[in-house]
Amino acid sequence: MGILEVKGVNKRFGGLQALGDVNLSVQEETVHAIIGPNGAGKSTLLNCLVGKLIPDSGSVMFDGKSVLGRKPYEINQMGISRVFQTPEIFGDLTVMENVMIPCFAKRDGTFRLHALESVTHEKAIREQAESILAEVKMLEKKDFHSGTLSRGDKRRLEMAMCLVQQPKLLLLDEPTAGMARADTNNTIALLKDIKQRHKITMVIIEHDMHVVFSLAERITVLAQGTPLVEDTPENIKGHPKVREAYLGEAQV
Amino acid sequence: MDTLILQFLNGLDKGSAYALIALGLTLIFGTLGVVNFAHGALFMIGGFCAVTLQKILMISSVTLDPTKLNFLGKPTEVKTPYVEVFFGKDVGAFIVDWSVPLAIFFAIPIMIGVGYVMERGLIKHFYKRAHADQILVTFGLAIVLQEVIKYFFGANPIPTPAPEAFRGSVDFGVWLGFAPDLIIYPAWRLVYFIFSLVIIGAVFAFLQFTTFGMVVRAGMADRETVGLLGIDIDRRFTVMFGIAAAVAGLAGVMYSPISSPNYHMGMDFLVLSFVVVVVGGMGSLPGAVAAGFLLGVLQSFASLNQVKALLPGIDQIVIYLIAIIILLIRPRGLMGRKGVMED
Amino acid sequence: MLGLGRKDTTLFAIVVLVTVLAPFLLNPFPADSAMAQFNSGYPDLMQRFAIYGIFAIGFNILFGLTGYLSFGHAAFLGVGSYSAVWMFKLLSMNVIPALILAVIVSAIFSVVIGFIALRRSGIYFSILTLAMAQMMYNLAYSVFSNPAMNLTNGETGLQVYASDPQYLKGNGPDVTHLFGLQMNSTYEMSVAGWKFDFGVGYYLCAVIMLVAFYIAIRIFRSPFGIMLRAVKSNQHRLNYTGVNPRPYNLAAFVISGMYAGLAGGLLACMDPLAGAERMQWTASGEVVIMTILGGAGTLVGPILGAGFIKYFENIFSKINENVLHSWFHWLPESVQNFVVHVLSPFFGEGWSLTMGLMFMAVVIFLPGGLVEGGLRIGRLFRRRPAPTPDAATKPAE
Repeated sequence: MGILEVKGVNKRFGGLQALGDVNLSVQEETVHAIIGPNGAGKSTLLNCLVGKLIPDSGSVMFDGKSVLGRKPYEINQMGISRVFQTPEIFGDLTVMENVMIPCFAKRDGTFRLHALESVTHEKAIREQAESILAEVKMLEKKDFHSGTLSRGDKRRLEMAMCLVQQPKLLLLDEPTAGMARADTNNTIALLKDIKQRHKITMVIIEHDMHVVFSLAERITVLAQGTPLVEDTPENIKGHPKVREAYLGEAQV
Repeated sequence: MDTLILQFLNGLDKGSAYALIALGLTLIFGTLGVVNFAHGALFMIGGFCAVTLQKILMISSVTLDPTKLNFLGKPTEVKTPYVEVFFGKDVGAFIVDWSVPLAIFFAIPIMIGVGYVMERGLIKHFYKRAHADQILVTFGLAIVLQEVIKYFFGANPIPTPAPEAFRGSVDFGVWLGFAPDLIIYPAWRLVYFIFSLVIIGAVFAFLQFTTFGMVVRAGMADRETVGLLGIDIDRRFTVMFGIAAAVAGLAGVMYSPISSPNYHMGMDFLVLSFVVVVVGGMGSLPGAVAAGFLLGVLQSFASLNQVKALLPGIDQIVIYLIAIIILLIRPRGLMGRKGVMED
Repeated sequence: MLGLGRKDTTLFAIVVLVTVLAPFLLNPFPADSAMAQFNSGYPDLMQRFAIYGIFAIGFNILFGLTGYLSFGHAAFLGVGSYSAVWMFKLLSMNVIPALILAVIVSAIFSVVIGFIALRRSGIYFSILTLAMAQMMYNLAYSVFSNPAMNLTNGETGLQVYASDPQYLKGNGPDVTHLFGLQMNSTYEMSVAGWKFDFGVGYYLCAVIMLVAFYIAIRIFRSPFGIMLRAVKSNQHRLNYTGVNPRPYNLAAFVISGMYAGLAGGLLACMDPLAGAERMQWTASGEVVIMTILGGAGTLVGPILGAGFIKYFENIFSKINENVLHSWFHWLPESVQNFVVHVLSPFFGEGWSLTMGLMFMAVVIFLPGGLVEGGLRIGRLFRRRPAPTPDAATKPAE
């Protein structure tokens, strides 16, 4: 039994079958990549996991509980954090504040009227935030306005915001999309580091084969809304059906 | 039955004004993506175009009539408007009498000019800024415009009568086969309603049947793609702003005999027109027009004595109540498209 | 000190000092000098500085932090006034029950209105608040002034009559008072040509404003305050961070509604009369202007803005053509006439025009308002890069 169990998920948009009978099982402490050509339904699947979309049928169980019909913030409270394609951070706030918000969310839940407490007195939260910033090598920038950061730093910051919550599952939506080679390699190094340190379960949606094969332990190939195969990276590389559907057009 | 028809008619003139202002607001919002809090001021300026023309036409030459002496034993002053001097007594008097309809021709260039200056001079710089900023700066502009008008024309409403021929009422009931004197309706309000239909029809025809309109409609649907086709969409949008200003201005010109223009009439209409736009659906032109008439008529029905006896004061709040209910159960409004201002 | 950081303590201390010494500071000119018309240290006006300061501080908690632009906040001001006057009519002229009821009733109203309006954001929120406030104005103006249920006394305004029950009045005074301390009593101090007025009413308003300001600072520096700024910055991300933005927004809305109700209640305490015009949307527009002029999202901005607007509304508007002529009497007559002719539209009655232009200029060129302007000037003199002001803000969607 995996930590994330997707069973028989269907989703239609008008006449288009975006997802057809998707089954997926993600094991704890593994990095599971979902790959597939454009329009294969990767993003739709991800959105079904985080509560942005509700599947027409099927079930999505996380840690033994269904996520269907829950709001994104409730799903986050269950232990799923998400990294976006373009980094989503609080651009008007400082780096430190950016990281403290998920800490408060983890401690206080979806809402708490802590209107008369002082942020400066939140020692435990500050320490937590600072240690995670040190880990992603952002500590010296903690008082910067995060909107002024470079794209790579924004990505690190977003990653820190997710990690500080110690999620049971980290979802990454094309974390290297639109990045230069050097930035991509940095991100891979960062993710490898995180994987080693936190023993975290990750689901990565990715286009870039280089990223996928550097990180993933399991790979699911999605084509036209249906999983083709699920296997280890070595087997996927050699799989004829996959080559035909996908890898034939990409450089490995 | 006759009271219902009368109330219906009574709602039409307000509804026409709402529809015309809301139409302009929607045009500006749909094309430029700007929420224009100064749009009511344009309506008000239209009203003052009528006032100004009337004043110009009334500029008179003063002659002394030695045959008639006043009580001080001096010759009385006789004022003759210059138009009567130039065009003769009959034609001149006719022109003065018809100053409000004539103000249409006077107002069109002025309103387009005002709209053009507003867009190029100010609003252009706010396309990329937050909607809150757009609201704030146009709100400031509305205050400024209204204070300028107040400075030149004073704080009191200025009566601008309709032409003599339309000052009376028509017995609308007789046309519909009722007994005489049951449904009496002021003639000018009927004119206003027909006029607004013509304007609305003209705007829709312009958008539907001209190449210019087609490009604008395409731009409203997907600005970027149209821009990529190498069409200078911004220029056309500027023109649309001028047209929207002219529509609001004409609505104001023709409304001046119904309610004498005063400097804050724009704000009064603006709040309701916003409600109309929201009810009709942000960005939907037919929605704006339909909601304008709908709310005008509903307001009129709510002021029926029978309704008021049942729900006291409902006439004062019916528009807002409907707007709140619609926004809650159908956030996109009656005819709004998906995705307009949803986040 | 007081649980504030060092910078905030300094700021708060300065505001306390200025507020306490306001009767001196605002009357810098001798009472019979020509410049005396610029004195604003009379209790009536100083009370309004403090009261509208409270109103704007509260509005800023909503707009400055979350970016939700309400165009209907005057409704709560009016509700506060009506509630307070009702307390005067039913109990006694003591201000305490009046203020308590004002805050409670405005809180109830803002929960209801906020719950509805916050289902939408951006421009829809602005229009919804505008519509609901206009509706409440119409209700107050005509609907609730019928003989069967006269809550507001319509056009005349709600006031205290001798025939009112006033169950707890006893031998208490007929004017508003705080346990016997009458609001309209003043102590006048003359020092060599200068006159200073110390009104009980002003000091009550001032103390309440300082408390309100202190609470606002605490809110700004609290985790709750960070959450509100996060709402403004990226509501989408907040959702995926495990935070439900809606109760935060509602809490901010209700807090700022309560501030407005408190301000409305104080207005009634200073002058026991409540009229519907206090709820009109132009009044809502006024608090928007105050907050933005002073600096939305900054701590002192709203107080500055409120003081600025109220000062000019009362002082600037008294400058008529005669005064202008006396200013420029040293010019040759024709030049003098010309100058006065050019300037007069902006003074006296034309003050609103000046205010509109200033407001536009701030929105266009100085989104951080007077506070940002002050900081920029300060930086010019210090010639070193100053840290960015607390939550330097541009209004968000």
